[in-house]
Order: sequence, then structure tokens, then C-alpha cells
Amino acid sequence: MSEPLDDELVLDGNAAAGALSEIYGDEMTTVLAECASCGQVDPIGGLLAYVHAPGIVLRCTACATVMIRIVHTPRGTLVDVKGKRIPPPPPRT
Amino acid sequence: MPERFVTRGFVGRRESAGAQANRIPPGQHLVKDFPVLSAGPTPRTDLAKWTFRIEGLVKEPVSWGWNDFQKLPAQDFVKDISCVTKWTKLDTRWRGVSVDILLEQVELDRRAAFVTAFSDGGYTTNIPLPELVNGQAFVAYGYDGRPLAPEHGGPARLVVPHLYFWKSAKWVRGLRVMEKDVSGFWESLGYNNHGDPWKEERYTGD
Repeated sequence: MSEPLDDELVLDGNAAAGALSEIYGDEMTTVLAECASCGQVDPIGGLLAYVHAPGIVLRCTACATVMIRIVHTPRGTLVDVKGKRIPPPPPRT
Repeated sequence: MPERFVTRGFVGRRESAGAQANRIPPGQHLVKDFPVLSAGPTPRTDLAKWTFRIEGLVKEPVSWGWNDFQKLPAQDFVKDISCVTKWTKLDTRWRGVSVDILLEQVELDRRAAFVTAFSDGGYTTNIPLPELVNGQAFVAYGYDGRPLAPEHGGPARLVVPHLYFWKSAKWVRGLRVMEKDVSGFWESLGYNNHGDPWKEERYTGD
């Protein structure tokens, strides 16, 4: 999007930490995620998080493309991670 | 949906709590403020670049710029709205153009049955075509006597008050007419395709 953005409602991805650990049973905020649209890499905890919505939406910090969506329903939690992939961890030094 | 009929003698008189309760769908609670919900950044569209387009199963797509859109016959309407996050707000006052007026400008293909509303920022929502006509839906650009604020979907949003408000796409830029139903942003992740608040059609399978 080329227009200026209004980010009053935005949080960081740590706002989704609880929901993510419920799903994956692990601390996810330090996992690196690459935007499938622009290639920006950020820890999940650093993504733009929109939680004042019918679900949780995590977006790329560079281009605002949707990377992760989470919806809680009475019949289970749905997750869409179509917009991102997790690169292998960097080599330990 | 017929407009609510209000006689002159009752204007300004407080509605009883019981009468208000009859207007609140099951599982909802009343709010006085206007909560702002958003799945993404609020776009600030330059009105000089804004267009509203009807495309898909129409003989010729049509597109209006902002100034031409303002020249279309507009109306004021007062509606109760319900969000799937369980708030209901009564008597919201809008100004905008009926979708009926917009569809008069295109020739629909006989296969036309569903519509995807699309917005700045990539948001989409799907609605059966018969639920957008006969005075049931509007493209609104005014709220409470003022231009519609960006956080509430301005410069223009879809308003389909008889369905949960996620169907009333903020920052709407057009309608895509289709033969088959295609799930939108929330409908593709567990939310109901139809979304009637009076039937509590919140999630897939409700």
C-alpha cells in the first residue's frame, strides 16, 4: 500500500503470544518469519498485530501483507499461515 | 427490510428498555459508543484517486470517481448494527447511495448470484446478491452528519445492516459480481458465509 497508514490500533506480535503458544505449544514470538510478498524477515513477536477484530491478524512490518491469521471458534482454533514461511535457524556461534 | 416507522409524536421520546431489548439480537449487548475494529492499517485514500467499481458478471464494468459518486442520488438512513464480537448499536445514522442505484448502471449477467465486496488494503467479504438489493445495502460516506471517518471506513464503506458488521466492508472500492460464492477474509477462516445476527450465524456450521 502506498498511502500513509494510521496505526492507532496496531500492537506488536507479542500480543498474539498466548494464542500462538496455545496452538503450537511453544514460545513462537522469537521464531523468524519471512514475508512471502516482500521478503522482510522479522521475529513473529515483532510483526504488526491487529487484535481488535474478529480474529488476530499479524502483518509484515515492511509491506503490511497478512502473514498469520488466527480465529477462535466454538469448534476449535483456525490458523492461516499462508503468507509466511519460517527460515531455518541461523547457525550457532 | 422496511424502514422503521416513527410518528412525529414519538420523536424525542425515550424508548422503553423493553422495546430496545427487542432490537438486540441473541448473544449481543448494547453499546452507546462506536467501537473501532480493524484487521489492518487504516488506509488514507486520496479522494482524487478513489474509485468505486462494479465488475465481474456484468455486460460492461462501471467505475465512478469520488466527484461522480457524490452526484449519485443519496439518502439518509437510520439502522441498528451488530458486530460478531457481540456489540449492537441502535439508530446509527448514515448517508450514502443505495446499492440498487449502483446496480442500475450495469447490466447483470443472468448467472449473477453472489458478490465479493473489495476494499483498500485487500479486505474482502462475500454476500449473496439478493441480500444487497431492495434497499438492504448502501455505500455510505456520511455518518452522524459528518463525512465518514477513516477509522470507521471512510471515505466510503459498505453498510449491510441486516448482517453482522464484518460484511459491511470498510474502505470499500467495489463489488465483484459472480456466479459462485467465494469466501472473503473472515469467511475463509471460520466465520459464517451468511452472517445473520438474528440467527446467530457467527461461525461456519452455525
